[in-house]
Amino acid sequence: MTVDPATFIAILAMGFATYATRISGFIIGPYLPEHGRVRQALDAVPAAVLTAVVAPTIVSGPAELIASVATIIAARRLPALGAIAVGVSTVLVGRHFFGGW
Amino acid sequence: MSISSVARDARSGFINMMPIALAVVPFGLLLGSEAVRKGLTPAEIGLMSMIVFAGSAQFLTVSIWTHPAPWAAFALAAFLINLRHVLMSASLSPKLKTFRSSQRALVAFLLADEIWALSEKRAASHPLTPGFYFGTAIGFYLIWLAATVAGTFLGEVLPAPETIGFDFVFAALFISLITGFAKSWRTIPIIIASLFASLLYQSLYGGTGFILAGGLAGMVAAALLPPEKKSAL
Repeated sequence: MTVDPATFIAILAMGFATYATRISGFIIGPYLPEHGRVRQALDAVPAAVLTAVVAPTIVSGPAELIASVATIIAARRLPALGAIAVGVSTVLVGRHFFGGW
Repeated sequence: MSISSVARDARSGFINMMPIALAVVPFGLLLGSEAVRKGLTPAEIGLMSMIVFAGSAQFLTVSIWTHPAPWAAFALAAFLINLRHVLMSASLSPKLKTFRSSQRALVAFLLADEIWALSEKRAASHPLTPGFYFGTAIGFYLIWLAATVAGTFLGEVLPAPETIGFDFVFAALFISLITGFAKSWRTIPIIIASLFASLLYQSLYGGTGFILAGGLAGMVAAALLPPEKKSAL
């Protein structure tokens, strides 16, 4: 159970850098406008950021593309857990048949 | 707020989070086994999961870890990868009105992607309460910590997440959340702008900046939309 001092300092520095990004939105939050175009932009963050996170996965292969469409269709009818089950099983079957691009 | 309603919210947050926390276990195991290969001890990777608690930053730095650790370079890498959290916390900020400032400080510490996404989903239909948030976040935190440390002992014997489709769990969760957020036509241009900008950025520059590029493009698209007519109260 040893901890190297240089490694510990690096971990603390990474933790500090990560915390800075996570607290900054709470610090600036109260100063952001409640109406208007800036608010429209902020309200779009959940959809915009989540789309960006998954975009490379969606186009990473035919199985992933098909499974993404299947997940969207399933999500309109099922709770999140059901949509995830549909997506994961579709990607497994798809990878078996298609491989990569 | 009564004790029982806090407990009820914490319980529903915890239950909500469980499938995602289970999906994160193979990745925690993978990170732990990679950490051992890079000369980190179980105590060190455990401390990293406790103090940093950011999967993508941990994966990146562990994969390039050297001894002695270049702390400034790793801190900069963690900062750049996690810049998306500035947008996430700014978006979550107005939904934390019932949280004390000490609670908000802890919310920020635990604001991993999955926890943020589940909280935004909750906030879209219910007021977000401290009970729900911490019920979601603390369970996820402990499972991530346990999985990364366990990976240092048994990571080698486990199958890679791709072979059992576990890598797609997060994509499927996020896609189903996006589908839930898309309540009107106004979301469509936001999604399209984010999709194209992130893919363009990734093909041009690689790295992890594509999340920020897509997020900002979606925000610009939203700002350019005609003002939403709010129904009169």
